Amino acid sequence: MDGAQPAFLRFDALSKSYDDVTAVHGVSLEIAAGEFVALVGASGSGKSTLLKCINRLVEPTSGRVLLDGEDVLAGPPARLRRRIGYVFQGVGLFPHMTVAENVALTPRLEGETLPDARIAELLDLVELDPAMAARMPAELSGGQRQRVGVARALAGESHLLLMDEPFGALDPITRRALGQRVRRLHDELGLTTLMVTHDMAEALLLASRVLVMDAGRIVADETPQALLAGAGGEVAQALVAVPREQARQLAGIGE
Amino acid sequence: MSALLGALLGLGPKLAEHVLLCAAAVALGIAVALPLAVWASRSPSVARVTLGFASLVQTIPALALLALFFPILLAARTLLGDGLPALGFLPAWLALALYALLPILRNAVTALTNLDAELIEAADGLGMTGWQKLRLVEAPLAAPYVMAGIRTASVWTIGAATLATTIGQRSLGDPIFAGLQTQNWVLVLAGCIASAGLALAADALLGLVERGFAMRRPRMVVAGVLLALAGIAGAAASLVDWRADARETVVIGAKSFSEQYVLARAIGQLLEDAGFAVEYREGLGSAVVHNAVASSAIDISVDYTGTLWTNQLERTDNPGRQAMYDEIVRWEAETSGARVLGRLGFENAYGLAVTQETARDYGLASIADLARSAPQLTIGGDPEWFERPEWQAVRDAYGLRFADRRTYSPTFMYNALASGEADVISAYTSDGRIAADNLVVLEDPLEALPSYDAIVLVSPRMADNAGLVEALQPLLGAVDVQTMRQANYAVDRDEDKWSPEQAAQWLLGAIRR
Repeated sequence: MDGAQPAFLRFDALSKSYDDVTAVHGVSLEIAAGEFVALVGASGSGKSTLLKCINRLVEPTSGRVLLDGEDVLAGPPARLRRRIGYVFQGVGLFPHMTVAENVALTPRLEGETLPDARIAELLDLVELDPAMAARMPAELSGGQRQRVGVARALAGESHLLLMDEPFGALDPITRRALGQRVRRLHDELGLTTLMVTHDMAEALLLASRVLVMDAGRIVADETPQALLAGAGGEVAQALVAVPREQARQLAGIGE
Repeated sequence: MSALLGALLGLGPKLAEHVLLCAAAVALGIAVALPLAVWASRSPSVARVTLGFASLVQTIPALALLALFFPILLAARTLLGDGLPALGFLPAWLALALYALLPILRNAVTALTNLDAELIEAADGLGMTGWQKLRLVEAPLAAPYVMAGIRTASVWTIGAATLATTIGQRSLGDPIFAGLQTQNWVLVLAGCIASAGLALAADALLGLVERGFAMRRPRMVVAGVLLALAGIAGAAASLVDWRADARETVVIGAKSFSEQYVLARAIGQLLEDAGFAVEYREGLGSAVVHNAVASSAIDISVDYTGTLWTNQLERTDNPGRQAMYDEIVRWEAETSGARVLGRLGFENAYGLAVTQETARDYGLASIADLARSAPQLTIGGDPEWFERPEWQAVRDAYGLRFADRRTYSPTFMYNALASGEADVISAYTSDGRIAADNLVVLEDPLEALPSYDAIVLVSPRMADNAGLVEALQPLLGAVDVQTMRQANYAVDRDEDKWSPEQAAQWLLGAIRR
């Protein structure tokens, strides 16, 4: 990375404690524009907390998060969040609004109306029939709902996409298809993406860089290739061992 | 049946005022409860305090809450000036609004604090400000539950508003209270049917709005709201008086028993004959009436010397009939500015009454005789009686110890005596039922019970109105106890019942002869 230019996203000795539990422990880290970073770790390792410090759904106890060189605490949280796409496992489509109204929400918060053509385009990006625009969320399947969730996160024209276990509640086929779609969108739209997942296979297949968290600290920061080659230390290799072992067993059955 | 229909048709203006009162109270309740609910949903400590307060209010009986606003508003006058009305619409409105608070507040707070956590995370994550979150997410999702609370509050308010009669606000409680006092069950039934019908109609309309919110059908919401508003507007329009009335209006108060209704009407007829416009505030609480006339909230009342002696002058001695009257005239003029116009001529004193059979069986002629048999007997009294110093005085003077004591509304006391539920009751000496039931009023050889001369009080506002004073002269010193008993009985009896108006007309005829 060019040392003269500030990183797109930078964590600076970031910590977050709840009462007597430290969820994030002095994390310092830089992420360049265009990276697809997966945050992997066991439940309670602090990965979601770290992610939410970026859009201020969690306020850090100490340290800073800099986005484009600017402290995220500088302005009102609402304005910050409108610049950041956010997708989470719960999806959170508003049940009293149509698909189109849900997708058009972020521009609406800024007082802008998203044209129907743009809504159709966004639905098309996540491989949904634009005719679904008039449906209510209750009429959609789980996979369709998360596709709408992704379209809604992209509607604000943000360049940063935060995903908190986005595909955790989906069936494996939908999960794989949607993961690949998001990866292609990441490339096509020139996004910077941070994705929290507990599934190392998903991280290895989608991300360009994998961060492994354990007890609030980053214990490994490697490319998928390096991890598969055995780098990253004990915790990371224990996580990599699971899909590798599965693949070997599957190959054994096939023979 | 036709009597009931007639009574229902006569309720128009009362129904209209009832509608307006309830609509205003619920509207104020909503205006206060919704901002509080939003605040409470964001702060658990605010939620605890506001819900605690609203629940506390709810534990106060509605009747007491209404009555409490009279002294509160009187006190507020020292800050806000004498123009502040202490009786009628204002206290009823405030008390009922307070009463409507709880269901709206509780439903709104519950709905807002129990919204799906994922939706709140999504709203925050998308970058909604607090206000946008409220408007776009919380309000629409909480609306059906809030509406259910408003619906409950409306039904409660419509029921409780019948009690507004006791603080001088016209409502559907007027026929209920008047009917209860004069045992005119048709009137009671008419008032109940009208208020129940109104409650059902409000419930149906607001239910439509609630379902509209729940099913996301804006047209249902608009239809329900428009129909409700049309009803309120219709009620308001029906009350607009198109005639220009330049005459001076005199407000006559009456406590909630037959004699007071009859005398109020008699006074009203005399004043109307003299060219005054007259309004009635009937069914007022006994404690409210004196303050009301002293503060010119009403202009004329009939009160009793013994009542004022103990409650207003706070005296416990018994100087005799004339001395007591003279002292009250002086005291009223000096302290309240109200004018004692004169005595009507009869006494409505407290006495202890028994049936002929009881008197014979126990050999009772005086309260001294009663003291011996009291341990085997049950005494009944109206709700005031056992709290009154008269009861304490007579009890202590004669050493009365009864086996049991029970409380009845004045009307039911006589029924209790007839049915044997009570053996002795605290009777009023001018009560028509004493003659009708052939009761024995026990003598009071120790003069423990003070005299209760009926007197006419005029508010400071009207005290020097020569026309008014002149018009009421025929009543002064002219009503003897037999005449009053007869007029009272004509209203109280079960058969061939007269309205207070008819009895007043008869009374005026009788004293002119």
